[in-house]
Amino acid sequence: MAKIRTATILTALIKRDLSVAMRQRSDLLNPIIFLLVVITLFPLGVGPEPEILGRIAPGVIWVSALLSALLGLERLFRDDFRDGALEQMLLLPVATEWAIVGKIFVHWLLSAAPLLILAPLLALLLNLPQEAWFTLWMTLLLGTPVLSSVGAIGVALTVSLNKGGALLSLLLLPLLVPLLIFATAAIETAASGLPALGPLAFMGAILVLTTTLSPFAVHAALRVSVN
Amino acid sequence: MWRWLHPYAKPEATFRLNQKLLPWFAVPGIIVLAVGIIWGLAFAPADYQQGDSYRIIFTHVPAAMWSMGFYVGMAIAALIAIVWQIRTAEWAILAIAPVGAVLTFISLFTGAVWGKPMWGTWWEWDARLTSQLILFFLYLGVLALYAAFEDERTGAKAAGILALIGVVNIPIIHYSVYWWNTLHQQSTITQAITRLERPSIADEMLWPLLTCILGFLLVSSALVIMRLNNEILKREIRRPWAQQELTGHTAEGGQS
Repeated sequence: MAKIRTATILTALIKRDLSVAMRQRSDLLNPIIFLLVVITLFPLGVGPEPEILGRIAPGVIWVSALLSALLGLERLFRDDFRDGALEQMLLLPVATEWAIVGKIFVHWLLSAAPLLILAPLLALLLNLPQEAWFTLWMTLLLGTPVLSSVGAIGVALTVSLNKGGALLSLLLLPLLVPLLIFATAAIETAASGLPALGPLAFMGAILVLTTTLSPFAVHAALRVSVN
Repeated sequence: MWRWLHPYAKPEATFRLNQKLLPWFAVPGIIVLAVGIIWGLAFAPADYQQGDSYRIIFTHVPAAMWSMGFYVGMAIAALIAIVWQIRTAEWAILAIAPVGAVLTFISLFTGAVWGKPMWGTWWEWDARLTSQLILFFLYLGVLALYAAFEDERTGAKAAGILALIGVVNIPIIHYSVYWWNTLHQQSTITQAITRLERPSIADEMLWPLLTCILGFLLVSSALVIMRLNNEILKREIRRPWAQQELTGHTAEGGQS
């Protein structure tokens, strides 16, 4: 009985979050446009030589993905915090962690999907060797849930602050260093024609660790923020 | 655990314990640190490769060691604060964080100063240096998060959660940075670093180093205790016990 209720509430939450997000499409599009603009700036900054661009492409794509993720993260809890929906969520008769999982899932779906669709375009723009395209896509697939779930902790901690934006980057970017290291390592090994399974496996491990543990941290942080 | 912790949930109990502990940390700390530093700087033999410039090890290594150690201590305080909701533990987080951040900064700074004569560069993206830099950012994050809240209690709780998340992440960050460093082609400088540090250290250098490590621990702990007591007094200033504590001291000072 209790299990069914969790499932119904979870689906209702996911539907609600999806429809709320669909009504504010600019919030979804802005981070991805930001990503494209940043990627465009790099050839202008370091020069258009294809070899140099191909060499720095993994790092540039992933650093831009991290930065653009930071832009879109506040959407996770801020509006709900302002209109009081977050308090209602904490009062739900199911484990709050499930509701948090639902919110993180929706955020991941809406922020990662455009990124995954655009990934080949980014690889093309930066002249990433073709052997590495699939690995780039895999790192994004494995890494974006980590961005959403670790990011959720940061947003939950700063949601009650007005000036949360700059603080969020200070809190989150050091924690995301391993993700960046393994993602770029995977792409680079693939680009040099070697199997990239090792770093991808590490990313999978980070994915499992963060998606399972972060809901508990988010819950604790939300309780502090909502008071 | 609870039975042991419970009395110190009362700020005045912690305050009095700290008052008792402080001289035991401060006095031996200053003596041990002075002995260690003088021993290291003046009496330990010069290194056959690095000459006298290796002597910065006597501040660099202790600072680097305890920068990690104090982060763990801060996380333990955070755990106690979150699980048992003890306010003094929340204040302990705030007492430890700046001390730890300064230790991290000392290790980074002395590392850079040491790097200049040894490797010919102020900064090298070596695994240790990089993970230490990230540790510094983690400390700054805790401090900044606390400072961002207007309500100090909420800020301390949020900073505690962040400290706990950070301590889970530190090993992952540490090993991933090492992995990253070995994956990338190492510069000759980095290889020279690892070669220089591998030979085991001579006894005449090891003993002053250990003395300095102990001295750093004692002095930093004394600083934490002083900060914690200041924090307690600041928050409890209107309570009768704090008034009595303060006026009692001034009365004593007047008599003597």
